Amino acid sequence: MYETQYHRASSVQDAVSRMEAAGEGKYVSGGMTLIPTMKQRLAAPSDLIDLRHIAEMQGISVNGRSVRIGAATTHDEVASAAALKAVCPAICHLAGHIGDPHVRHMGTIGGSIANNDPAADYPAAVLALGATIVTNRREIAADDFFTGLFETALEDSEIITAITFDAPAKAAYQKFANPASRYAMAGVFVAKRDNGEVRVAVTGAGANGVFRQMDMEAALAANWSPDALATVSVDATDLLSDLHADAAYRANLVKVMAKRAVAAA
Amino acid sequence: MAKVTMTVNGRQVSGHCDDRTLLVQFIRENLGLTGTHVGCDTSQCGACVIHMDGKSVKSCSILAAQAAGSTITTIEGLAADGELHPVQAAFKANHGLQCGFCTPGMVMTAVDMIRRHQGQLDEATVRAELEGNICRCTGYHNIVKAILAAAAEMSGARVAAE
Ligand SMILES: Cc1cc2nc3c(=O)[nH]c(=O)nc-3n(C[C@H](O)[C@H](O)[C@H](O)COP(=O)(O)OP(=O)(O)OC[C@H]3O[C@@H](n4cnc5c(N)ncnc54)[C@H](O)[C@@H]3O)c2cc1C
Ligand code: FES
Ligand code: FES
Repeated sequence: MYETQYHRASSVQDAVSRMEAAGEGKYVSGGMTLIPTMKQRLAAPSDLIDLRHIAEMQGISVNGRSVRIGAATTHDEVASAAALKAVCPAICHLAGHIGDPHVRHMGTIGGSIANNDPAADYPAAVLALGATIVTNRREIAADDFFTGLFETALEDSEIITAITFDAPAKAAYQKFANPASRYAMAGVFVAKRDNGEVRVAVTGAGANGVFRQMDMEAALAANWSPDALATVSVDATDLLSDLHADAAYRANLVKVMAKRAVAAA
Repeated sequence: MAKVTMTVNGRQVSGHCDDRTLLVQFIRENLGLTGTHVGCDTSQCGACVIHMDGKSVKSCSILAAQAAGSTITTIEGLAADGELHPVQAAFKANHGLQCGFCTPGMVMTAVDMIRRHQGQLDEATVRAELEGNICRCTGYHNIVKAILAAAAEMSGARVAAE
């Protein structure tokens, strides 16, 4: 690892000031992506600004059906939050299947969303739930947030402080995990609203990262059942091909995961 | 160089290290506690698992500076008064180790797992919970057996104490 200077921020404002004073700084939250990347010398921030101890970025609140998850909340905290499980068990299930127990004790929702790994799980939930990404400057709709592989709408020194959404009527997430890394080779989050609106988000499969599968959304809005997906064909053109699976195989996985998710919701 | 202070196995300790120093290096090299192992460079093997503020974490993927101020337990901190911790005793009784390299991480993982599940474990759960720990000797069968035996004994002891 290259040299770096560590700072522990005490508030969001303190973190921003330290970032603006740094040369090539980076925020660190759980560090479960950034520290391994630095160990491999694929990232070399001059300064690391730690967000993990900022009180205003912690914790989960559920008010009726409206949910707020602080960006520094760990995967384990999301997986085991009883109040959240009562209104949106799908996101708890998703968080409980990220990586392994040790990674879940450190990794955070804000870090996962900011990183926007094309095989990460949370982006699918955030997009399918039509969540809002709250930053220190503004609120960003999920539809506008994920802009490409490892790319987001975040600007320099902008911090995600929370994720908010209204709990859906029904939702579920199913992933086909890579047997070695446990990252998604295809993961599908389905969500249905009380007004009948359906959103389907796919991770792990898109060549440009997480995306909405509109044909599936239309089919499920007309008929919320796994069978409704039988006639939907998943276009493999913009899907990833790598040594784990080619695009045609992933296209099939997307359909299978979507069916399983609807059945589980 | 910064001064890092934390509580390790019940003792307050400090040391000087670069900000880029990994927690596992700090534990092994500054504190001389070499029970915590490094088995990979990819955050996957779990040989380095310790407890930070009561939760299992991979000490190879955390900076010592990130852990400053926290309370750490390593494998050396488990046995009380020269008596093996029930999980350590179960690994011994069930032949839960071969070369022993993965064992510190396995034991620390098991202690955390038994705590979170309040001793209510079955084989499928133990295997799923071991996702982040690799045994190069592939002795998983006896590792699972040892964890189940320890969980049964520890929840039995709890019931007896209540
Ligand atoms: C062995 C292993 C297995 C894993 N398996 C999975 C898996 O199956 N599925 C999955 O989805 N993920 C997986 N991960 C990744 C894990 O979920 C990470 O925790 C997550 O991707 C990043 O969260 P973090 O808090 O650790 O972020 P960090 O590593 O601290 O940061 C990641 C990036 O986000 C930026 N950042 C962090 N917080 C903020 C913020 N609040 N505002 C703005 N920018 C911010 C940082 O600057 C950095 O660029 C795995 C990781 C490991 C080590
Ligand atoms: S040494 Fe930490 S996971 Fe392998
Ligand atoms: S006992 Fe040898 S690596 Fe597990």
